[in-house]
Amino acid sequence: MLKLILNRLAHSVVVMLAVALIAFSMVAFLGDPISNMVGQDTTVAERAALRENLGLNDPLPVQFVRFLSHAVQGDFGLSYSLRVPVSELFAERMPATLELSIISAIFALLIGIPLGIHTAINRDSFTTQAILSSSLVGVSLPTFLIGILLILIFGVMLRWLPTFGRGDVVMIGGWSTGLLTSSGLRSLVLPVATLTIFQLTLIIRLVRAEMMEVLRTDFIKFARARGIRRKALNYRHALKNTMMPVITVVGLQLGNIIAFSLITESVFQWPGMGLLFVQAIGNADIPVMVAYLMIIALIFVLINLIVDLLHFVLDPRLHSSGAN
Amino acid sequence: MYLSTATKALLACVAMAAPAAAENFKFSYQGDISTLDPHSLNEVFTLGMMNNVYEGLALYDGEMKLQPGLAVGWETTSPTTWRVKLREGVTFHEGGTFDADDVIFSWQRGLTEGSDQKGRAGLIKAIEKLGPYEIKIETHDPYPILMQEMTSFFIMDKEWSEENGATEASSIKDSSNVGYAGQHTNGTGPFRITARQPGVSTTFDRFDGYWNDDIATNVTHAEFVPIQEPATRVSALISGEMDLIFPVPVQDWSRLESAEGIAPLSGPEIRTMYFGMDQSRDELLFSSVKGKNPMKDVRVRAAFAHAINVQAIADKVMRGAATPAGIIIAPQVTGFDETLNTPFVYDPELSKKLLAEAGYPDGFSITLDCPNDRYVNDEKICVAAASMLSKVGIDVDVVAETKSRYFGRLFAQGGYETSFYFLGWTPASVDAHNSFFNILTCRNTETGAGAYNIGGYCNARVAEITDIIASEVDPDKRQALISEALKLSRDDVAYIPLFQQPLSWGVSDRVTVTQRSDDVLDLRSVVVGN
Repeated sequence: MLKLILNRLAHSVVVMLAVALIAFSMVAFLGDPISNMVGQDTTVAERAALRENLGLNDPLPVQFVRFLSHAVQGDFGLSYSLRVPVSELFAERMPATLELSIISAIFALLIGIPLGIHTAINRDSFTTQAILSSSLVGVSLPTFLIGILLILIFGVMLRWLPTFGRGDVVMIGGWSTGLLTSSGLRSLVLPVATLTIFQLTLIIRLVRAEMMEVLRTDFIKFARARGIRRKALNYRHALKNTMMPVITVVGLQLGNIIAFSLITESVFQWPGMGLLFVQAIGNADIPVMVAYLMIIALIFVLINLIVDLLHFVLDPRLHSSGAN
Repeated sequence: MYLSTATKALLACVAMAAPAAAENFKFSYQGDISTLDPHSLNEVFTLGMMNNVYEGLALYDGEMKLQPGLAVGWETTSPTTWRVKLREGVTFHEGGTFDADDVIFSWQRGLTEGSDQKGRAGLIKAIEKLGPYEIKIETHDPYPILMQEMTSFFIMDKEWSEENGATEASSIKDSSNVGYAGQHTNGTGPFRITARQPGVSTTFDRFDGYWNDDIATNVTHAEFVPIQEPATRVSALISGEMDLIFPVPVQDWSRLESAEGIAPLSGPEIRTMYFGMDQSRDELLFSSVKGKNPMKDVRVRAAFAHAINVQAIADKVMRGAATPAGIIIAPQVTGFDETLNTPFVYDPELSKKLLAEAGYPDGFSITLDCPNDRYVNDEKICVAAASMLSKVGIDVDVVAETKSRYFGRLFAQGGYETSFYFLGWTPASVDAHNSFFNILTCRNTETGAGAYNIGGYCNARVAEITDIIASEVDPDKRQALISEALKLSRDDVAYIPLFQQPLSWGVSDRVTVTQRSDDVLDLRSVVVGN
C-alpha cells in the first residue's frame, strides 16, 4: 500500500512539472499584461520599466525556474489585475468552488445511481425510456445555456431564486460556507442544478450499462437459480460489482467538475476559482492563470490517488497483486 | 427576492416621510476596482469609483464642468505658478484633518516608484506651503489645464499614511509588500469602503462627516458587485437584485425597455472611435501591395474614408445610439469644433475614382486589426466596415482578438504591428491637448509624444500646434489653433473618425442618477426611492 502511494506520488510530481511547463509556455502567447496594468496615459518608458521589473523580458526558462522556486514555497506572486497575493485569492475562492462541485456531485450520485439501476432492471418500461431520453438533454445542451435558462425561468420570470453570487456566507476558520444561511442555500440551488444536470446523464448511462453487464454474468444466474431474493440480488450482489468502474469515472468526473465549473461559475458570478480564472484570462493575469492550472492539476492528481486507493480497498484481487 | 423587494418598497415609503432614512443601493460593472491605492493605477473606472472615496483639488460635476473640490479656489500668478486656496474644515474618514501638508505629501507620493500617476504628479515642479490652507504650485511648463488633471489626482492623509507605512504607492511587483493603502482607504469623499473581497464585492458606506452637505444622494449603503458575464448582469437588473448595471449590451436595450421597473440610460461617451492607418512604414506589414505603402498616399486614405458609411454603422450596428463624428475629439472636450464634425461623405464612386488615381484601380487587400472584448460592438463594426470597403475593391481581412493580445501587438511595446486598426481614445483631461499629444502629433520616443499615434501620422504644423496649446492660456487663440490642427488632420485623413461610443447603463426606476460622459458613476448623484 505504501509502495503504491509512493509510486503514485512520484508520478504526480512529474505530472505537475509538465503542467507547469505547458501552462507557462502557453501564457507567453496570451498577449501583453502590461496594457491591462497601467492607464492609457502611462508613458512607453514606464511601461518598459514595469515589464523589466516584473521579469517579463527574461527568457522563458529563467522565468520558469524563478516561478518554480517561488511556487514550492507557496508564493505564486501578486495578481496583476487584483493586486493581491495569488495564494490569498485562491484560499478565499477555493471553498466556493469545492462546495459547489461536491454538493452537485453528491446530488448527481443520489439521483443518478437509483435512476441507473431502475433503467437497468426495467429495461423497456415507459419510465426507462422517459428517463433516458430526457437525460439526453443534459449532455446535448451546453452548461452555459442550461445556466442562462435556469436564471431566466427561476430568477427573472418567477423571481424565486437569486440569479448570481453566493448570498451571505459564514466564516468557519478560514473556510467560507454558504450552507448555514438561507440566502446562501438559495443561491446554491441554480448553480448546483446546472452542474448536476451536466453529470447526471453520464452517471445514469454508466450505471445502467455496467449493471446490465453484471446481470448477464454467470454468478448472478447461479444466484438466481439458488433462489436468492430479487431485491437482495439486485441491490447487494449486482450493485456492488457495478460500483467499481462507477467510482473511477465519478472520481475523475469530480476533477472535471472542479475544473470545468468555471463555465457555471461565470454564468452565475459564483465567486470560485473558475471565475477567477476566467477573469484572469481577460486581463492576461499570468500569475493567477498559472496558479489555477497548477491547482487543478494537483486536484486531479489527488483524486486519482484516492480513486486508486479506493479500488485497492474495494477489490480484493488487487491486494494480492499489490503484495507481489 | 420578493421579500427584500417588499422591504425596499417599504423603505422607499419611509424615505418619503423622512428623507434621512437609510437607503441601500446595489450596482454592478463588468470588471472590478483594480486597486484601492489611489496612485497605483491611472485607469478611468478604478479612479472614477475611488473618487467616491478620495478626492482631488477639483471635481467634475455631472456635466463634466470643473468644480472646486479640496481646493476652494485657484488663480494663475504666472503661466507656471498657481496660487491655490484649500478648503478648511475637511476631515478624512479616519479622523485626520486635511491641510496643505497632505497635498504636498500626496504629490510626492505620486512620484514614487510604484505610482501610475507620475504623469500627473510630474507636471508639478514644486509645491510651496504658504499657510495651512494656502499653497503655491509651480509647474515645469505652462499648463493651463492643471486643475482638470487634478480631478483625478487624489489627496491622502499624510499622518495616516506614515503611521501605516503607506508613504509610497503600492507596487505591483513586490508580492511580500502589497501595501496598506492597496487594502485600506482613508479619503475625504462622501463614501468610505467598509468591506471588500477583490473580484467579488465592495461595500461603500456613507461618511457622515463629509464636507459638502449639498450633494444629492440619499444613499447610506452601497454594494458593488462586478459581474463579467453580460447576460448575468442584465438578469440581475431585471430580477431586481441590482439597481444599476453598466455596461448593458446594445442588443439588450429592447429587453430592458419591455421589462417593468427598469430602463436603459444612454448618452454619447467622451470616447471617439476611429480607424487608423499605417502611414509611416515603407511597406505595409499586412497587405497585398509589396514594395510600397499605399496608405502614404492621402488619396488612398480618403478613398477608405469615403467608402465607409458611418451613418449606416451608427444606425445598424450601434442601433442609432452612436453620434457620428468628423474629428477625433468629442463635443464635451475643450477645443471641439462643430463646423468640422461632419463625417466624411459616403461616396463609393468617389472612393473608386480616388483609388484609380492613386494607381489602384482594382483595389488591394489589407488586414484590419480589431479587439473583440474592449469596445461596444467592436468586432461587428470592423466586419461592417470590411464589407463596405469590399464594394470599392478593397479586400479586407478582419483579425479580431482579445484586448490583451490586441493592445500588446498594437502599442509601442509591440512595435505598432498593424496596417489598419480600430481604436477609441478618451482624453482623460477632457481637453484637446491630451488627444493631440497622444494620437495626433508626430511620434517622439524621447518626449513620449504620439505614443498612441499607431499609424505614425506626422504633420509638422499639427505637431507645432500641439506644443503651443500645451501652454497657450488665451482661450480664443487656443481654440483657433486647435481648429486649425483639426482641419489639417482632417484634410490629411490622419484618421477616419466614426462616432462617439454610446454609454449604456441599465437603471431601476426607483433610482435617479446623473450619467457622466466619461462613464463614471458618481455616487454623489444617486438618489434612491423617488
